[in-house]
Amino acid sequence: MPAEQLQRLTKEDVLGWLEEVADPEIPVLSVVDLGVIRDVRVHADAVEVSVTPTYSGCPAMEVIEQRVEAALAQRGVPATIRRVLSPPWTTDWLSEEGRRKLREFGIAPPGRRGLDLPVACPRCRSLDTGRVSEFGSTPCKSAWRCNACLEPFEHFKCI
Amino acid sequence: MSVDEARLRYVLRLGDNALVLGQRLSEYVTRAPELEEELANANFALDYVGQARLFYGYAAELEGAGRSEDDFAFLRDGHEFENLLLVEQPNGHFGDIVARQFLFESFYVLLLESLTRCRDERLAEIAARAVKEVRYHLRHASQWVIRLGDGTPESHARMQQSIEDLWPYTGEMFAADAVDEAFARDWGGPDLAALRPEWRRRVAAVAAEATLGLPEDGWMHEGGKRGRHTEHFGYLIAEMQFLQRAYPGMRW
Repeated sequence: MPAEQLQRLTKEDVLGWLEEVADPEIPVLSVVDLGVIRDVRVHADAVEVSVTPTYSGCPAMEVIEQRVEAALAQRGVPATIRRVLSPPWTTDWLSEEGRRKLREFGIAPPGRRGLDLPVACPRCRSLDTGRVSEFGSTPCKSAWRCNACLEPFEHFKCI
Repeated sequence: MSVDEARLRYVLRLGDNALVLGQRLSEYVTRAPELEEELANANFALDYVGQARLFYGYAAELEGAGRSEDDFAFLRDGHEFENLLLVEQPNGHFGDIVARQFLFESFYVLLLESLTRCRDERLAEIAARAVKEVRYHLRHASQWVIRLGDGTPESHARMQQSIEDLWPYTGEMFAADAVDEAFARDWGGPDLAALRPEWRRRVAAVAAEATLGLPEDGWMHEGGKRGRHTEHFGYLIAEMQFLQRAYPGMRW
């Protein structure tokens, strides 16, 4: 992309592109929904995207960075990725859109930090649910069961 | 020791603790007694290896000598690792792992909480990220100490034995050396001895609920911070470093 065209890019343009970049472990979520894109800055020669990890050992982090770079490269925009740690990511940064997508996908979205909210079954919406395990298939989820419809489901942990 | 040298060693030690414990937990993958524990253990191992990368990545920047996080993990010899002896202790049975996690993480949470307030901004950020994970681990370990301690006569006896076997490795966590003192003075790091009463109080509260007794503080092992390890450590890094030693520069 020529420099002058690059200069006309806005943060919103870039965020719009990144809304199409799927999280590698929960592909219904975009990296924007997940809340890991912390900032976008358009510089003279490149776009700088700040990304934060969900968990220290999250193996998706490198894939996310590669996908972000690829999404920009596809549009001829050179990208630099900056990894930021502070303030640490929390589930409160998951967008409302992200929460809705999670529920539709069958994962109970996280509650709000500091509030001890009941976990609703993503299938039948019953609040009569119980935790089977604090740990699930990825660091960010725990395993649950619905006592009403008897289906097992995953819950995105509130941290 | 210069201010910079002490800080570098301090950050490397944090990386060493995280990596060695992460490696120990990785050894246990596929060996947990039930699926829930399998997932939990693998998650813990992943968190620790992730934390090690953050600490080593920062150490690499501080050192500025072209070494990478991988170089710190795979190309240093045993005496260059300065982790606590507690974290390198072998896995043993499930109760031993629970005891090791419980005793170390009760300390590690206090250490990280204190580091979030230190004057090294980057380290404070890493600590803020890590403490959220370790609090979650510790809750899990504490629940198991209680369940096994206050369980059958067999599980009680074995949990008690695990705590007693590992207790002599807990003194080292609170014994500050020149690196700890320099980091406390220059960067607002924690006064390790001052963390001990709170650690003891928290450990005792869980032990009481678990109907377990805590040993007296007798003679304590030390040496990890000087790179002097227990016999088990050589085997651990031999396995961990095998690939890079056999095929130098090998990449995925």
